[in-house]
Amino acid sequence: MELTTVWFTLIAVLWTGYFVLEGFDFGVGVLLPVLAPRRGAADGGAHADTDRRVMINSIGPVWDGNEVWLLVAGGATFAAFPEWYATLFSGFYLPLLLILVALIVRGVAFEYRGKGPASGPEAERWRRNWDRAVFWGSLVPAFLWGVAFANIVRGVPIDANHHFTGNLLTLLNPYALLGGLTTLAVFTLHGAVFLALKTDGEVRWRARALLTRLAAPVAVLAAAFLAVTQIIQGKPLTWVTAAVAAVALLGGIAAGLRGREGWAFTGTAVAIAATVATLFGDLWPNVMPSTTDTAHSLTVHNAASSPYTLEVMTWVAVVFTPVVLGYQAWTYWVFRRRLTRQAVAPAEPTPGAGAAPGAEAAR
Amino acid sequence: MNALDLSRWQFGITTVYHFIFVPLTIGLSALVAGMQTAWHRTKNPLYLRMTRFFGKLFLINFAMGVVTGIVQEFQFGMNWSDYSRFVGDVFGAPLAMEGLLAFFLESTFLGLWIFGWDRLPPRLHLATIWLASIGTMLSAYFILAANSWMQHPVGYRIDPETGRAELTSIWQVLTNSTALVTFPHVIFAALLTGGLFVAGVGAWHLARRREVPLFRRATRAGLVVSLVAAIGVTVSGDLQARVMTEQQPMKMAAAEALYETSAPASFSLFTIGSLDGGEELWSLRVPHVLSFMATGEPDGTVEGVNDVQRAYEQRYGPGSYTPVVPVTYWTFRLMIGFGFLAGLLAVAGLWLTRRGRLPSGPWFHRAALAGIALPFLGNTMGWIFTEMGRQPWVVMGLMRTRDGVSPDVSTGEVVASLTVFTVLYAVLAVVAVALMARHARKGPPPQDQAPAADEPVPAFSY
Repeated sequence: MELTTVWFTLIAVLWTGYFVLEGFDFGVGVLLPVLAPRRGAADGGAHADTDRRVMINSIGPVWDGNEVWLLVAGGATFAAFPEWYATLFSGFYLPLLLILVALIVRGVAFEYRGKGPASGPEAERWRRNWDRAVFWGSLVPAFLWGVAFANIVRGVPIDANHHFTGNLLTLLNPYALLGGLTTLAVFTLHGAVFLALKTDGEVRWRARALLTRLAAPVAVLAAAFLAVTQIIQGKPLTWVTAAVAAVALLGGIAAGLRGREGWAFTGTAVAIAATVATLFGDLWPNVMPSTTDTAHSLTVHNAASSPYTLEVMTWVAVVFTPVVLGYQAWTYWVFRRRLTRQAVAPAEPTPGAGAAPGAEAAR
Repeated sequence: MNALDLSRWQFGITTVYHFIFVPLTIGLSALVAGMQTAWHRTKNPLYLRMTRFFGKLFLINFAMGVVTGIVQEFQFGMNWSDYSRFVGDVFGAPLAMEGLLAFFLESTFLGLWIFGWDRLPPRLHLATIWLASIGTMLSAYFILAANSWMQHPVGYRIDPETGRAELTSIWQVLTNSTALVTFPHVIFAALLTGGLFVAGVGAWHLARRREVPLFRRATRAGLVVSLVAAIGVTVSGDLQARVMTEQQPMKMAAAEALYETSAPASFSLFTIGSLDGGEELWSLRVPHVLSFMATGEPDGTVEGVNDVQRAYEQRYGPGSYTPVVPVTYWTFRLMIGFGFLAGLLAVAGLWLTRRGRLPSGPWFHRAALAGIALPFLGNTMGWIFTEMGRQPWVVMGLMRTRDGVSPDVSTGEVVASLTVFTVLYAVLAVVAVALMARHARKGPPPQDQAPAADEPVPAFSY
């Protein structure tokens, strides 16, 4: 296999890792006000703060490591396909700026939320503001990554010097917006499934109940996005991966509805991975098609680094990727236990953990 | 101002800001790991409380370093796309290695450390903070190797067809002499930052006679680390000056505002006059020192700005090859000055607290608290010096800064991003400093909060 193919595949793998992992922690962030509402809950929001802590702590040990997949995807693109990195990052300037701002406030929010004033109205305001940061900081990138990838696959105006010649409105076309809604919806579902799998008590039951309501709209959006993608850019082989994505998503939803949380999470994870595979498969051998003139498209050949750089980086990746996968997997194993209200706030009354899945969630 | 100037300001602001937090992360992670090791060895609960107290301050700082670092990774492509196209083949490799080898290590093991107090066996838990600390240092190594390539390009060739730099030896890039002297300089500066931070926070509590046994030990440990680090910074800085004289004579000449080649060359501590070199009204000079710094010989010849400018014009064509001399002159002096004061503070502090003593007057405590700022100021000056001193080049001798900017990013877009980053960073600075001060004042967790064996509560969960 050519080294450019290896690196195209590796970058697809890095984005897959990023979306599968950070996808659920984006989802958890978006669901913060939904699954632990301060108002309108059956208990009047009395446990809202504890439930939010349950949710945030469920991703606490891993979100930062998940985000590194993005940094490595960026760095690997810089090293292996400098032209791609340069055209993409300068061309998608404003959306990336928004993503950066979102990731900054979100990261700080996780770390600072619990370190503010201990009690009183000041403490409440402190947590409320950081909760907003978590929500918007998760929602914005979950949406914009979909917009970005839809545009990459669809193609954008690029001139002979590999410079992007469009503007922000070029990027906000209907297909890209559909892509954004799809990633936002799928990541939210993925987050709900993750919470059902990783927590116990109210948060778990509410996440399950939400699953029933989210299932149909998410499935419709994802199916529409995959279908449009395949109609405009599809290839025979990627129809297979798109079908895998659709089946995995539906299977995941079905498993979730039956309370098989492990299988549900596997389903949404496979669906995200198969979708990334579909997008990259449609892209190949381009990395950024030009809508101005196909001759101006960036391809795995004209955007790539020298064979020597690719060879060096291949060795580095071959040696170190398994090590990273090993210790990240081990982290998930260490923190495999379900989180409950009692675990994060021992003062909380005991019931809830084993309660019937209907009572509060069915409100 | 055009997109180029604005992009330069943005890169300067975001990078200097990022590097406020990074040295403290590197220095403090090692110190906290040391404290936890002391607890592991002695089982003295005092060290556990010390670890948790400084660990919390470390995490407040770490978060800022992480999130501002994401911007750095994106910014090359966003604002410097022509630079990225030109150097990607060489420069991208250490950046990608940083992500794969360092970022994963520090983020994953720090997550394990924060949340793993009650889930991991103590020895393994101790290993997680050391691995995170090693990750921060590895990260520094790779990014400094990348930066050193901009200061002194090695292990590359220019592709005659595309005109781009291509990697010919990754080994040369990773063992660049510039990187080998810069890395210890930065790591020692980071340890100095962490050391004086611990000492300053400790002194604040000692002044109030709170938790004296704990903070006495912490302060002394911080001061010892600071002293060793200050010596390390000086020695590595000296080596660096010689490498710099050889590889970037213009930067050395601009550091001293030395216009005419001199032998022996004196070092001016302070100058009043016009710093573009025209007139000097008064200056305080130490003879032979510049010669010694630059060459290692008291009578060595140091090239002046004018001669280097003439040589570069012949080599690279007409144009100005002189950086902004007042900036290089003053940042160089201030860097050394702040570092020197930091070292002095460490010596004074160790002397005043020797053999169980505690200074009774308020002055040492005030100085130690204010002294926290010294390494931060020195770090900032050092980076401004080394980056401004390289101008007009972005890659020394190969590409000018003005040729590296993104041609397809409009002035309006850079105005937007510069405004957003500046405002956001200012707000976050206020929040982070206030939070840090609050937790620093609060002091360590009370003794009896040691977790019960049957129901351990993770101390650091969000």
